[in-house]
Amino acid sequence: MTPPLAPPLSNLAGGRLLASDPITGISNMLGHPFIQHALLAGTAIALLSGLVGYFVVLRGQVFAGDALSHVAYAGALAALAAGVDLRFGLFAATIVVGLALGMLGGRGAADDVVIGTTFAWVLGLGVLFLALYTAHSSTSNGAANANVLFGSIFGISASDASTAAWIAAGLIAVVLLIARPLLFASLDSAVASARGVPVRLLGPLFLAVVGATAAEASQAVGALLLFGLLAAPAAAAQRLTDRPWTGLALSAALAVAAMWGGLALAYAAPKLPASFAIMTLATAEFAHAALASIGLRRRVRRHDQHGTPLAGDPRPTATAAELAPRA
Amino acid sequence: MTGLSWNLVDDVRQMLAFHFMLNALRAGTIVAVVAGAVGYFMVLRRQAFAGHTLAVIGFPGAAGATWLGISPVFGYFGFCIAGALVIAALPSGGRPNAGLGGYGEESAVIGTVQAFALACGFLFVSLYKGFLSGLNNLLFGTIIGVSDNQVLTLLIAGVICLAMLAALARPLLFSSIDPAVARARGVPVRLVAAAFLVLLGVAAAGTSQVTGSLLVFALLVAPAATAARLTARPALGLSLSVLIALAVTWVGETIAFFSPYPIGFWVSSLAFAAFLLATTYRAAADRIGRRQPRGSTSPTDAGITATVGAA
Repeated sequence: MTPPLAPPLSNLAGGRLLASDPITGISNMLGHPFIQHALLAGTAIALLSGLVGYFVVLRGQVFAGDALSHVAYAGALAALAAGVDLRFGLFAATIVVGLALGMLGGRGAADDVVIGTTFAWVLGLGVLFLALYTAHSSTSNGAANANVLFGSIFGISASDASTAAWIAAGLIAVVLLIARPLLFASLDSAVASARGVPVRLLGPLFLAVVGATAAEASQAVGALLLFGLLAAPAAAAQRLTDRPWTGLALSAALAVAAMWGGLALAYAAPKLPASFAIMTLATAEFAHAALASIGLRRRVRRHDQHGTPLAGDPRPTATAAELAPRA
Repeated sequence: MTGLSWNLVDDVRQMLAFHFMLNALRAGTIVAVVAGAVGYFMVLRRQAFAGHTLAVIGFPGAAGATWLGISPVFGYFGFCIAGALVIAALPSGGRPNAGLGGYGEESAVIGTVQAFALACGFLFVSLYKGFLSGLNNLLFGTIIGVSDNQVLTLLIAGVICLAMLAALARPLLFSSIDPAVARARGVPVRLVAAAFLVLLGVAAAGTSQVTGSLLVFALLVAPAATAARLTARPALGLSLSVLIALAVTWVGETIAFFSPYPIGFWVSSLAFAAFLLATTYRAAADRIGRRQPRGSTSPTDAGITATVGAA
């Protein structure tokens, strides 16, 4: 498979969004097939990233998520160099490394050094594959490399978009299936283990799902930026609520909002790369949530002094016992 | 351009005949010493994630500088130092180290900063057309791009960095190993932490210019981690870390010169091989040590306790 290239800007620049009223502008935008494909793949990927990212942040595995996103780069370039489908390399590399990290590391608190050293080497391998790929084929290698690193969601084809959406749907189903035990194990690993939750199985399984998510998301926003899609909406959701299920839903919603807004922004301003626009909105969401949560905490503290409860109290309500599997 | 013969002396002479190679080795030497030393403290303080983020923040700096037509050196240093100050100023949420180590919930904030920085870098790259080969050099390093001026800048930055590290070493070691006791003894722990982050930023910016933004870890974390597996004595570990970084850089640059594959691959592979060897050695030594129960603590604890006691 040749990697999808972004459509030339000259085709897109003339007569686009800036119609007289926003309704016409949006319907103009939705009329383009490349926007439809981007929206289909992007929505599914953002939903998945928001859900998975929430658990990544909750479990404190941010560095592992970061490492897996870099592994996606090496996997994609290995596939390019070997001449097989890009996605094969992406998924194989990220899922294998995710499982390996899960088996080796457990909760990962002790081995940031191991993660760091390993992923520096995996990236080094990526550079080797890049050199091999550049040496052995002639067509627009630089663009392919930039697409793997930074994504090319506007260049995604109809079949690739629907494949990405189906894979994302499958992964979302897996996440929702393991959400309850995973939440329990993330909040209190020891109690969960005592209650019969297979904690040692869940860890590697979850990191494999994170790996598959990284492989999915790198098709949309690139191997270097997908980490933002995992971390920013989840971090924003955690600032806004301490209820785990609300936070999970909020994280997914914020990720999808950043995706939609970013796609529209990049469409309206052709100079902005789509992945930059998506990341900017995700970062803005986080900054906004951080400021809002500071204000909220202050109000809560003031009410605490008067001893009156406050509606929308952001303090934790779900306890580990509440989440225990019902016998 | 060149071939490898069996005569090593000849090979080295042939390599050093190229001015760019001389510059690459000079820059590599400076960078390896600084990265080995600063990296040792980074590993000790478990701030690998912060180090990675600072390295990555250099990328938009360099890309932006190239876009504006100024030397990327200023972009690297400017952004890395500014990033260090921002991270130092972020609220730590009670657990000062969790965010920087990449395992606390706070680290999601740093992750967000990192992704946004990369996105900005991509924006600058796409605004500056025809930059794609430069993109790879910024991200993955090159051995042919180091100018005389750059070597001089690196030398000045490296000397300042090492001087600051030497001045900071004792309180830094103390507050890395036991922050609570250090604070009780009057060490300004927060100030030391912030100063160290700036040093880390300088080291990351310098290393980026040899290995590229993404492979800084090959010199910043791997040699230090290798040294930490081999010995627990800070002074010995520090020297070992610097030596390993130097060896990895010199051998990596030499192989990169004679082979068609890029420097980033060689340096990161050599560093990883050293780390694997040291890990295997440590595992074997621990197993042997466990079989002879002489009642002593592990060498790690004993060494650090002894040193802190002396401090």
